[in-house]
Amino acid sequence: MLKSVILIGGPQKGTRFRPLSFEVPKPLFPVAGVPMLQHHIEACAKVPNMKEILLIGFYQPNEELNRFLLNAQQEFKISIRYLQEYAALGTGGGIYHFRDQIVSGSPEAFFVLNADVCSAFPLTEMLSFQKEHGEPNSFVILGTTANRKQSMNYGCIVENEESNEVLHYVEKPSTFVSDIINCGIYLFNPDIFQHIGAVFQKNQQDMLLEEPTNGWHRAEAIRLEQDIFTALAGQGKLYVYKTLSFWSQIKSAGSAIYASRLYLNQYHTTHPERLASNKEGGPKITGNVYIHPTANIDPTAVLGPNVSIGTGVTIGAGVRVRESIILHGANLQDHCCVLNSIVGWDSTIGKWARVEGTPSDPNPNDPYAKIDSETLFREGKLTPSITILGCNVTIPSEVIILNSIVLPHKDLNRGFKNQIIL
Amino acid sequence: MKALILFCNKPILLHQVEALVKAGVDHVVLAVSYMSELLEREMRVQEQRLGIRISLSHEKEPLGTAGPLALARDLLNDNSEPFFVLNSDVICDFPFKDLLQFHRNHGKEGTIVVTRVEEPSKYGVVVYEADSGRIHRFVEKPQVFVSNKINAGMYIFNPSMLKIFPVMAGEGQLYAMELQGFWMDIGQPKDFLTGMCMYLQSVRQHAPERLRTGPGFLGNVLVDPTAQIGENCTIGPNVTIGAGVVVEDGVRIKRCTVLKGSRVRSHSWLESCIVGWSSSVGQWVRMENVTLYLNGANVLPHKSINESVPEPRIIM
Repeated sequence: MLKSVILIGGPQKGTRFRPLSFEVPKPLFPVAGVPMLQHHIEACAKVPNMKEILLIGFYQPNEELNRFLLNAQQEFKISIRYLQEYAALGTGGGIYHFRDQIVSGSPEAFFVLNADVCSAFPLTEMLSFQKEHGEPNSFVILGTTANRKQSMNYGCIVENEESNEVLHYVEKPSTFVSDIINCGIYLFNPDIFQHIGAVFQKNQQDMLLEEPTNGWHRAEAIRLEQDIFTALAGQGKLYVYKTLSFWSQIKSAGSAIYASRLYLNQYHTTHPERLASNKEGGPKITGNVYIHPTANIDPTAVLGPNVSIGTGVTIGAGVRVRESIILHGANLQDHCCVLNSIVGWDSTIGKWARVEGTPSDPNPNDPYAKIDSETLFREGKLTPSITILGCNVTIPSEVIILNSIVLPHKDLNRGFKNQIIL
Repeated sequence: MKALILFCNKPILLHQVEALVKAGVDHVVLAVSYMSELLEREMRVQEQRLGIRISLSHEKEPLGTAGPLALARDLLNDNSEPFFVLNSDVICDFPFKDLLQFHRNHGKEGTIVVTRVEEPSKYGVVVYEADSGRIHRFVEKPQVFVSNKINAGMYIFNPSMLKIFPVMAGEGQLYAMELQGFWMDIGQPKDFLTGMCMYLQSVRQHAPERLRTGPGFLGNVLVDPTAQIGENCTIGPNVTIGAGVVVEDGVRIKRCTVLKGSRVRSHSWLESCIVGWSSSVGQWVRMENVTLYLNGANVLPHKSINESVPEPRIIM
């Protein structure tokens, strides 16, 4: 039998997702209409013999997470449990800490997935690949091709092209190593714990030799990438399965819009019922659009492409929404225009207002380009990016909010361009 | 053709000519820097309509402000009645009857209309005796405050003068009459809209029935009878909509002039713009401070424009 482990991080991680992550844990942020994690869970639940999904992270128990888990269990009819780390233990430390839970029931293998990736999750393909390549108990990393320049922002994998063995692994190198990058999705078996255990022991000894260090550098904190993969490379144990299917990281709020586009597109084959269509008395739909059934939309509104409308959203007459995510309870008044933006929960956009951002999409002419993780500022100016309105923000009528980030619970009284409004 | 530019749905020139005719003028000379068939044709029409004579005097090389006067000298020697001279970019309540009266009263060679402005250093300033109106001197764009009265671009002269102003002033032959009411030099695009606001306010005071009111209209709005306005629009304050303009549903327009034959498509938002002839503004467009003419341009949907588009162009 098989299991899956999803690494969901905690509040001190994924901070580039603020201010949206102030309201809801990042793994639960809706992408293409459903929580980010749900895409992972759906993919895992589809794999034959999948018996259990374990979520590992260091979020405190909270209502949203509990509710999500309950619903997911009922919907997918599979055991889903949250294992809370006592501290941030890193991508390797968490699974090591909970290894007993993972190996209980003797699974032959288990997947480990990062929550903040958007992917087609070719899990059954990875299983087939693992059976055909290398030793019976080899590990597999899912890889994809990036362009040379961007590859250095990721974990780089050098492979033996015939055997697909990983010869060399470097996490975020400062010079070019390889254009095959780590997708953050792995197929392990219980043997992995020997390797992690060895690193754990070594860290413990190193700690004893050094002075008591600052708190964040714990012995038990182990990073799969730097500490495990780098060591395993070239030992005949680690293999890379390259995929051509879609993949993207979801680090910043802007990348959520790009990820939405990828998943919405996938719905044509996996969930066509989630895509809105042009209906009598309904708004005009162009491209891929998700609309929650409880949303209330005027028939003269025009939505899409790449739009997700959350629960209880109200959209007035003549509203235009494109390449945007509108979260639960938002109210878009008549004739307003929302482009390349995320409108937070319960926010209001006044009549004829314009909320507009700049897309940070990867170059469409480069098949291997990935979404950029730009810094907020570049050369002293705010980098033009997706406009984000936090929860409960009010935008007055007739103003323009361009390339700006508005923190939650703010009532604006004028327009802004290229600003962070605290 | 600058003189034919519509100001509040009427060519600027016509605002001036009609006011002159009301004051008893029966012959108007237009000094132009280039001959235009369009202008000639339009002037023939107005001659018929107003029952006056309109002559065109062509200034082949730029001769400054005195140039046209010299060229027109021949045409003016016909009679000894005083003649008006106007700067074509000026808009106001045109007090030509008062000006004629004032001029006859002081009996000297010339009268210049002056107006009070807040920033005189941008203009030519006139220094004169407050009670009589006798002009002492002119100061061009003064760096220190001299007076807040500037040359409003309207004059009346006896035919016997035809010399340049400063010489006349020295001899006590020039008088200043202060203009009451609004005044604007609409040669500058940004002043065009300010002038329009003032003119519309004047219309509200003198002929409020010309303005459009009702649901969806705020403040002073002038709409040509052949224009069409869609549903759920909010137009005004301070908007002029020209002939044959189509404004689709859900549009918001403030402080703008929309010139003849243009189309503003649905849900767009315009503030402080001059939308030129036969331009088309796409759906959900936002335009702010487009103070030059968006002339025959096509603005595609969902654009936001903050700059001017003087030439026909498609804005992607």
